[in-house]
Amino acid sequence: MSEHRPTAKVYYATGVALFLLLAATIVASKLSLGTAAPIVALGIAAAKAALVALFFMHLRYSNGISRLFAFAGLFWLVILMGITLADYLTRT
Amino acid sequence: MADPPVAEHFDDAAQQRESAGLGMWAFLTSEVLFFGGLFTGYVVYRYWYPHDFVEASKHLYMWVASANTAVLLASSLLMALAVQAAEHGRQRRCLRLLAGTAMLGLTFLIIKCLEYYLDYREEMWPAVAFDPSKVDAHPSRVELFLSFYFIMTGIHFVHVTVGVGVIGVVAWMLRRRGDPASMRNTIDNVGLYWHFVDVVWIFLFPLLYLPGAS
Repeated sequence: MSEHRPTAKVYYATGVALFLLLAATIVASKLSLGTAAPIVALGIAAAKAALVALFFMHLRYSNGISRLFAFAGLFWLVILMGITLADYLTRT
Repeated sequence: MADPPVAEHFDDAAQQRESAGLGMWAFLTSEVLFFGGLFTGYVVYRYWYPHDFVEASKHLYMWVASANTAVLLASSLLMALAVQAAEHGRQRRCLRLLAGTAMLGLTFLIIKCLEYYLDYREEMWPAVAFDPSKVDAHPSRVELFLSFYFIMTGIHFVHVTVGVGVIGVVAWMLRRRGDPASMRNTIDNVGLYWHFVDVVWIFLFPLLYLPGAS
């Protein structure tokens, strides 16, 4: 188990990045992006979530097994959504 | 960085700390799937009824939710700093940061309640107070969207409430014990839970509020 932990500076930088991404997603929502709009919005959300997970939740500084446990949730979520949508999106 | 006393079944403090973290991540994985079911359902219906869901989304209070998003992001920052303070044995700083996190959490809850009230006044409560003529879409599909909105944000609300309560209990315990080192793993895990609740909202916000924004 890694003892490495970020400095306060890293936390503040992450916080600033999160707020910038929040501003970006609000601005993007006001533009007429059409079908790209949800993709952009979710992409920005994924970036924010990654920042929270890597820095606030220390995954960037964790060992393999911690990251594996964290990734497991995402893995099963992808299966849940992926296979469900594979059904609905391919119906004629 | 100090540690709580090593329990008998662990080799050393490092292993104890790792186990605590893994336990929490296992729980968070179950929570991902818990919310995941709701998100999947929402995505399916959004795919089927894009127009109705977008129109319904316009009647939510996006700016209130934006403010709430900022509140939660700030609370996560304070929580991360609180965990760091605990690692460094700084009890008073940790307590102040935990208090700040809880205050922001409470702020989120209050704003959310106000938002639900605004929704009520706007007659956007499915079945209870709903005026379909306000939305240029299929009434039952609009109610479906609103049901997802209330249940998803409602369950998230419960999670935030539990989080604020747990932070309160942990802060009280920390105040009595004096040394954060003995509670380090607990505080770490409370942090993980709180950040997770933040991540859920990070996804709720664009999915529910932004479709109707432009």
